[in-house]
Amino acid sequence: MKGRIATTIVVGALIFFAGYAALFLAPDEKTMHVIQRIFYFHVPSWIAMFIAFSIVFIANIAYLATRKSNWDCLGVSAAEVGVVCCTIGLATGPLWARPVWGIWWTWDARLTTTFILWLLYISYLLLRGLLDDPEKKATLSAVFGIFAFLDVPLVYVSNRLWRTQHPQPVILGGNGSGLDPTMGKVLLLCVIAVIGVMIIVLFDRYRLERLRHEFEELRLEVETRDLTPASILGKEST
Amino acid sequence: MRFLRQTLAIAAKDLRSEIRGKEAVNAAFSFALVILLLFSFAFDPTAAESRRYGPGLLWIAFLFAGSLMLNPSFAREQSNDTLDALRMAPISPFAILSAKMLANFIFMSLVELVLVPVFGVLYNVSLSGVAGRLILVLVLGTIGLTVTGTVFSAISSHARMRELLLPLLLLPILTPLLIAAVEATASLLVDQPELDRTWVALLAGFDILFLTASWLLCDYLIEE
Repeated sequence: MKGRIATTIVVGALIFFAGYAALFLAPDEKTMHVIQRIFYFHVPSWIAMFIAFSIVFIANIAYLATRKSNWDCLGVSAAEVGVVCCTIGLATGPLWARPVWGIWWTWDARLTTTFILWLLYISYLLLRGLLDDPEKKATLSAVFGIFAFLDVPLVYVSNRLWRTQHPQPVILGGNGSGLDPTMGKVLLLCVIAVIGVMIIVLFDRYRLERLRHEFEELRLEVETRDLTPASILGKEST
Repeated sequence: MRFLRQTLAIAAKDLRSEIRGKEAVNAAFSFALVILLLFSFAFDPTAAESRRYGPGLLWIAFLFAGSLMLNPSFAREQSNDTLDALRMAPISPFAILSAKMLANFIFMSLVELVLVPVFGVLYNVSLSGVAGRLILVLVLGTIGLTVTGTVFSAISSHARMRELLLPLLLLPILTPLLIAAVEATASLLVDQPELDRTWVALLAGFDILFLTASWLLCDYLIEE
């Protein structure tokens, strides 16, 4: 418990400082000026989303291999956190695109892929909501999660071949690409801070899911017991 | 050999029950026809326009009809618990799954066999010169649709509101298939038709990837 409070304080301070650094310490971008600062939260939320969905995929496989409910809990927690990160990315993207590209949205490979990714994991969460039997819920949603993750490269390739407008990757994007060193440092700080927040939320969500799972198990156990007054009285008389 | 015999036996059972009931194929066909009709009001179906929109609406009609038709595939085994009977028989789970895929593939092909000429007539698109290549695209696209659709039908058959859930699970997954199938079909409907190999390769890749995945995961789909 103490450790959790300490990490929350550390990560809280980190995200606060990251916000400050993104707004005041990072240099102004040459053409986009202040608008470009949304980049320091747009990119980290994508990275966090990618980590979260990879955790879902690993948890799905691990659940099918081991049948331990912990993995299922981890899978659903990471999916929810990933959907939140994805929503942040999808919301900050158009805010940035409108002044810079002149449009809110474009059907480019990366944008379309993320949009479909978002829909896929919302379907994953919906599917879980509509399956009642806990065992079935875990198994079948794990199968769906694996299918959804396998689909992502195909979605990306097909859209890539089709149309594209999003800028080439600035970092590791080949010759002529690259960030100002200060920008790079601020971005790194923001990535670490956002991933920190993601991990804390994921951890809390996981604990909640474990409790929920335990509660369900206890409830099932109580339900299967015969608790009618007659049976209790009957036991007493014998 | 054993696997093939089991698959064919179960697929034959599904075909027989469909021939007697004719529910899924009829419903899917009528539904796809309604979509084609509605699109003719939404877009102007003159020949030049329909060559541009045609492939897209044809595949949208197939995808919607497919997501409607694939639903009973596993759901019909539930009313009399016949899936349990299949499971108890000494049959490999993948034989059950692939039999369902085969049956659905045949149903879907029947729907397409009627619908593609109807599309050609209604939208004034000449298909006779490219029939062979068009069939290749249709077959590859239909394999992808029925493989993923059958797996998701097995998943959604256990859920509440399964009729609504199946399209919701299936359609986002099928986007790469839709893009590739539409582009490949479009490359056949222009003045100098030439099949675009890239999209055919993507369709084949989609089919192979998800067929392999369903082979690996079928034990979990068909288990009790």
